[in-house]
Amino acid sequence: MMKSLHIEAAKCTGCLQCEMACSFENYGVFNPAKSRIKVFDFHETGLKVPYTCTQCAEAWCLKACPVDAITKDKSTGAMMVNEATCVGCKVCTIACPFGTINYVADTGKVQKCDLCEGSPACADACPTGAITYIDADSTGIDRMRTWAAKLENQTAGHAD
Amino acid sequence: MRHLIIGNGPAGVVAAETLRAACPLDDIRLLGAEPEPPYSRMAIPYLLEGQIGESGTYLRKAPGHFEAQRIALQHGRATAIDTAARSVTLDDGSHLPYDRLLIACGSIPASPPIPGIHLPGVMTCWTMEDARRIAAAVKPGARVIQMGAGFIGCIIMEAIVARGASLTVVEMGERMVPRMMPPGASAMLRARTEARGVRVLTSTRITGIAATATGLRATTGSGETLDAEVIISATGVRPDIAWLAGSGIETAIGILVDHRLATNIDGVYAAGDCVESEEFGTGHRIVNAVQPDAVDQARIAAMNMAGRPAHLSGALQMNVLDTFGLVSVSFGQWQGVAGGARVEVDDPGAQRYLRLEFDGDLLVGASSVGHTEGVGVMRALIQSRIHLGPWKDRLLTDPTQLAAAYVARTQAA
Ligand SMILES: Cc1cc2nc3c(=O)[nH]c(=O)nc-3n(C[C@H](O)[C@H](O)[C@H](O)COP(=O)(O)OP(=O)(O)OC[C@H]3O[C@@H](n4cnc5c(N)ncnc54)[C@H](O)[C@@H]3O)c2cc1C
Ligand code: SF4
Ligand code: SF4
Repeated sequence: MMKSLHIEAAKCTGCLQCEMACSFENYGVFNPAKSRIKVFDFHETGLKVPYTCTQCAEAWCLKACPVDAITKDKSTGAMMVNEATCVGCKVCTIACPFGTINYVADTGKVQKCDLCEGSPACADACPTGAITYIDADSTGIDRMRTWAAKLENQTAGHAD
Repeated sequence: MRHLIIGNGPAGVVAAETLRAACPLDDIRLLGAEPEPPYSRMAIPYLLEGQIGESGTYLRKAPGHFEAQRIALQHGRATAIDTAARSVTLDDGSHLPYDRLLIACGSIPASPPIPGIHLPGVMTCWTMEDARRIAAAVKPGARVIQMGAGFIGCIIMEAIVARGASLTVVEMGERMVPRMMPPGASAMLRARTEARGVRVLTSTRITGIAATATGLRATTGSGETLDAEVIISATGVRPDIAWLAGSGIETAIGILVDHRLATNIDGVYAAGDCVESEEFGTGHRIVNAVQPDAVDQARIAAMNMAGRPAHLSGALQMNVLDTFGLVSVSFGQWQGVAGGARVEVDDPGAQRYLRLEFDGDLLVGASSVGHTEGVGVMRALIQSRIHLGPWKDRLLTDPTQLAAAYVARTQAA
């Protein structure tokens, strides 16, 4: 069974441990600005929403890449950016409608959530269980996927 | 079922792979006129900069990928289609039968009617062959004139400079990338370009090119002469459809397709740079010659060829450009719509620009310079027609809250 990140915004307190863990995992520094998961803080409602790539079925990023730099990892299902192949053209950053693959000027490449080879640092770091890494089936109500499907209905049908 | 795809660029390759996933048993044949493995034109600037070799431009990197997918690659140029007999004629006189046909033959550079445009030393930057010619001619110290500062022109500029050339860019329009970026944003790109030592002439036309003892001499509309070793013509491209004359397939500027990417002829589809289709949100017909749209179209066309109905809501303009490190994007109706609200933050000092265009409480267009975080949500907000509700007023005050608006209206509802 493929696992995926399951996000329950109601449990999020906005402590930003996930952003710290993500930047440390990938860059060895505690710097939320480098994090691939981002917590949106809505002051009006008090709601905090951790947000990152859902490894969506449509994988617009992967399909738009002109040089085959994004591939789907067979064991985790994550779309992976191969930095050695990426030319930094940024086409994936406008193709992904979720804004979850972004250009990093320092490296001249793009970055996105890669599920940390199957043990996501954000989920490990989250003290409240707002981010968990569980069987994909149980995350079926994921709102982001619903919105992916909504966009997909307008733009595409896919083969699988 | 025999599927024949004419053109092995991104659209052709994505269509072939989508077909393979949808119909495991069908025959799939991918025809390409150029003597290279399927490659990506848009990787050419990185090839010219020396960041990658030719193989870095290939659309698929795994050895044996197409064989493994049982996609037959064939070298040859289609020259005619007999839609009654369902047969395509190739340049070697042979014929290929099909049950479903996809035309994904892309575009070709326009050749402006200027005396001297065919002189040696005047080149386009469109194919791998062009790239080799440019690489051989543009050496450190070479003087290069580039005609055209549209999207493609602006993309290749940096590669020319990276090769050590001294570059002059001549654009007919009053600003750089006039069909992609609004004036404030365009001015920032120009400033950045000039800061890198490129001479930029706008509202200027090259009226003639002549050979001299040492190279080429271009004359502008105002009578100024410019000397160079190389002139690169980047004055636009148009769908490569002349060869379809007499086929009965309906064309205007491009091949006319409906929302399923079907042409007027049963069993014949078209996708990518060669098509003219309805624009998302306006209903106007446009040729939307960009990579992400080419592959979206290819996917939908292939689904329909496979007998699985799918449709595209329309071609959405979307571009991303890197001008000497300054990243700009534009989406949809970035010029705005009549009666719609607009917010524009134009900060040349910080080299940041952000402009949003609304129709009621829908985002219909966006453009930015110097923003790279989460720009993709511009696409989602526009294409999913997400009602912004109270977020519209918040965005009018602070447009940088765009990603928050998207998350709020979709995840936190
Ligand atoms: C230098 C450069 C930079 C670019 N940068 C960007 C960018 O940053 N972002 C972006 O979105 N787009 C960019 N583009 C445009 C992008 O490359 C195209 O939108 C994309 O390649 C379109 O794909 P396609 O498959 O429709 O057509 P093409 O890639 O043109 O492929 C068509 C293929 O069909 C073949 N063919 C043509 N006629 C026939 C025939 N009669 N028989 C058989 N084969 C035939 C051609 O040889 C070609 O290989 C760039 C283009 C260039 C040249
Ligand atoms: S980056 Fe975007 S397009 Fe790519 S898998 Fe994630 S959500 Fe999908
Ligand atoms: S930026 Fe890299 S990963 Fe993204 S489309 Fe371009 S080459 Fe592919």
